[in-house]
Amino acid sequence: MMTWKTLMSPDSASPLMEQLTFLHDHALMILLMITVLVGYLMASLFVNKFNYRYLLEGQTIEMIWTILPAVILIFIALPSLRLLYLLDEVNNPLVTVKTIGHQWYWSYEYTDFANIEFDSYMIPSNEMEDYHFRLLDVDNRIAVPYNSQIRMIVTAADVLHSWTIPTLGVKIDATPGRLNQISFLLNRTGIFFGQCSEICGANHSFMPIVMESISPECFISWIYNMSEI
Amino acid sequence: MPSLETAPFDPRFPNTNQTRYCYSSYLDFYRCQKVKGESYKPCQYFKKVYNSVCPNSWVEKWNDQREDGTFPAKI
Repeated sequence: MMTWKTLMSPDSASPLMEQLTFLHDHALMILLMITVLVGYLMASLFVNKFNYRYLLEGQTIEMIWTILPAVILIFIALPSLRLLYLLDEVNNPLVTVKTIGHQWYWSYEYTDFANIEFDSYMIPSNEMEDYHFRLLDVDNRIAVPYNSQIRMIVTAADVLHSWTIPTLGVKIDATPGRLNQISFLLNRTGIFFGQCSEICGANHSFMPIVMESISPECFISWIYNMSEI
Repeated sequence: MPSLETAPFDPRFPNTNQTRYCYSSYLDFYRCQKVKGESYKPCQYFKKVYNSVCPNSWVEKWNDQREDGTFPAKI
């Protein structure tokens, strides 16, 4: 989850997010190197004593500083396109979870095997325990099995919302009358947080998303427990 | 212990928008039942898909519409 110390991406919990982080770090490294080079050149211009009144042209250097940026851009474009297509890969999900955005809470449905539905409200600050994260924890978390492809179908019941979990690299709009599908795989256990990402009224900042990644056996017993309620 | 299984990837609906996958499966189930009869087991595939993919509120609304005779499509 994000804290005040999070400057770059949070640690990833999904292979696609890991790749997104790598691409970001790669492109940022190239950008930083160019910035340092240009900064050095400009600083040295301030302090050097070179001058040459009869400067007209320099064909060789012009060729170099035209071709070199094109090459640098190729180095950025190729990994970027690779990841772009990787994000659109087709995969066969193991579990389908539906989420419906309401004003101002999310409701979740697991209807592959039993008809499990529940609402997920933020825990208000005045009802918080010591171990809760303020404005992030909810009463009912979504449980999913790890190392399994999950299909998430996102929609809304009233206005636009957006469902996101940054550590998974997932953000998708919840539009009334439309079912948006997003697929992901969690490669570690843990609790992952997100917040509604489309302005939806007074309590838009107070409808977080909490996902708990558990082993497949625990998931099956969770399904049994939930379907008895 | 149930084995985990859900509606498979359908190449007719490869993109993000799965609204039609849900709606088509719902229609296909009731049309299949009408043509083949209620005890025809292969129709249950469509039911499995629409139960997995469609929100419960949509399914309930459509069921009510079918009972009232106000369902917008032909079954």
